[in-house]
Amino acid sequence: MSISGPKTKTFKRIGQYTALAGYLVFLAFPLVWLISTSFKDPRELVELHPSLIPRHPTLQNYVTAFTEQDLARSALNSLIVASASALLTVLLALPAAYALVRFRTRLSTPILGWVLVSQLFPFVLLVIPLFLILKAVALTDTRFGLIVVYVTWSLPFALWMLQGFVRGIPRELEEAAAVDGASRLQVLRQVVAPLLAPGLVATSLFAFISGWNEFFFALVLLKSPELATLPVTLARFVGVEGIARLGPLAAGSLLATLPSLVFFALLQRRLAEGSLAGAVKG
Amino acid sequence: MNRDARFAYSLLIPALVPVAALSAAPLIRGVFLGFTDARAGRHQPIHVTGLANYQKLLEDEQFWSAFKVGLVWAFAVTICQFLLGLGLASLLNQPLRLRWLARTLALVPWAMPPVVVGIMWKLVYHPDAGLLNEALYRTGLGGLQHNWLGDFTTALPAVILVGIWAGLPQTTIVLLAGLQGVQRELHEAAAVDGAGAARRFRAVTWPALAPVVLAITSLDFIWNFNSFGLVYVLTGGGPGGRTMLPMLFAYEEAFRFGHYGYAAALGNVMVLVILVLLGFYLRRRLKEAA
Repeated sequence: MSISGPKTKTFKRIGQYTALAGYLVFLAFPLVWLISTSFKDPRELVELHPSLIPRHPTLQNYVTAFTEQDLARSALNSLIVASASALLTVLLALPAAYALVRFRTRLSTPILGWVLVSQLFPFVLLVIPLFLILKAVALTDTRFGLIVVYVTWSLPFALWMLQGFVRGIPRELEEAAAVDGASRLQVLRQVVAPLLAPGLVATSLFAFISGWNEFFFALVLLKSPELATLPVTLARFVGVEGIARLGPLAAGSLLATLPSLVFFALLQRRLAEGSLAGAVKG
Repeated sequence: MNRDARFAYSLLIPALVPVAALSAAPLIRGVFLGFTDARAGRHQPIHVTGLANYQKLLEDEQFWSAFKVGLVWAFAVTICQFLLGLGLASLLNQPLRLRWLARTLALVPWAMPPVVVGIMWKLVYHPDAGLLNEALYRTGLGGLQHNWLGDFTTALPAVILVGIWAGLPQTTIVLLAGLQGVQRELHEAAAVDGAGAARRFRAVTWPALAPVVLAITSLDFIWNFNSFGLVYVLTGGGPGGRTMLPMLFAYEEAFRFGHYGYAAALGNVMVLVILVLLGFYLRRRLKEAA
């Protein structure tokens, strides 16, 4: 853009590519190491000088991670909790988001404010009373209790996100349906909901990921190992180290990342926007 | 109430009741508990003790240590994320090859559960089976080998580096989105008018980017200050409390020792810190929402 000789330009390019390469190495190396560790057999793991490429690559760690009851069961728990909370979140958020956009109520501002305010509080302030409330109704140490907590936690953001999508639906469509004699609930179910499908998918993916990755509430609210979610079980394995256990741990960690990663790839376009709403915690 | 309003509320209430009951009410209760002597255990009577918890906090060396570690961690991670993120975002805004790779790879730290990030870096820092020590050995720098997470002097910097790794891609992508919102025509017009790179950044880029910067650094700071899982897995707060973040300290107080009131008081102090540091930003965002 500015007036500069070809030489300075070349230097600039070299500098830029060096910086880019540095970033890529910084991002990739821990991952490469995790992947490499997950393919090493126990004997190789205890060797004095570990190598980047496994000398005798094996799938044994993945088999161990899968068959070892704890991990498979925890993955199932995570799947149940994350899917159920995502589904419930969207079911509750859809009508509410619609109402926020189409009708003027006094609640709109407080709800949007809450999305922001709820970010501020460290979870410890929330979790102690929640723990006591759930205990009083015998819901601590149940999947349902955790699901309910996740739903309340992703709802404000889901509302914020969905109302953006509702705004994109032309009112005329709904009015036409109403003229044709559809009741308001029918309009919502048969006209609005199908048009919102992309928004519903995106919102539920976000809710799923936040439930799938969540650690703190799951750690505090669930005590039985049979109910533990994947992050909690993985974190417990870290405690009982021993180098030979690192292989299955790495394999399990990689498997635990896959669902979120796939969903994030699908959400790519919305990620930056979601961050600024305070939804997608790094 | 007219029919419209009744219909609207009937759609809103199913969503609002659980939020009010299970996040708004408990949060208010949590703030209140910070002024009591609440403890774990059945039928423990709760007494309002005013500021007694805070007096105790002031005299608690472990609290001061956790508070300092928390601030160092949150500032270091947030500032590095921002500076590196801004540099990288302007880099990725150029027509470079392999740009797609950087953007694709960036998804991984972002999507990874914090617990997994912790486990992965534990493998990198592992004193015997770790990548870092082995790399130092192979490059003839074996003398620099460390038990990175176990050593008093290296534990906090090591943990901070992980924090940066985990959050840098997100900050970068958000800043990049901000940069792409800056109008190219304005830039070119300024260049034609003879404005240098620094001048163009100040006059054209910065005004458009500033709101994004303010938002993402504020959120980064809040997230980092309230962070838990990553460091819980990496060090559990050790060695000797060198990486004991405020949330880890509060967790231990609450769920190992059963000091609910004391832990909640600590939570209140954390909210206060965030309000003092970021009050101006929060007020602005709330006004936007209104």
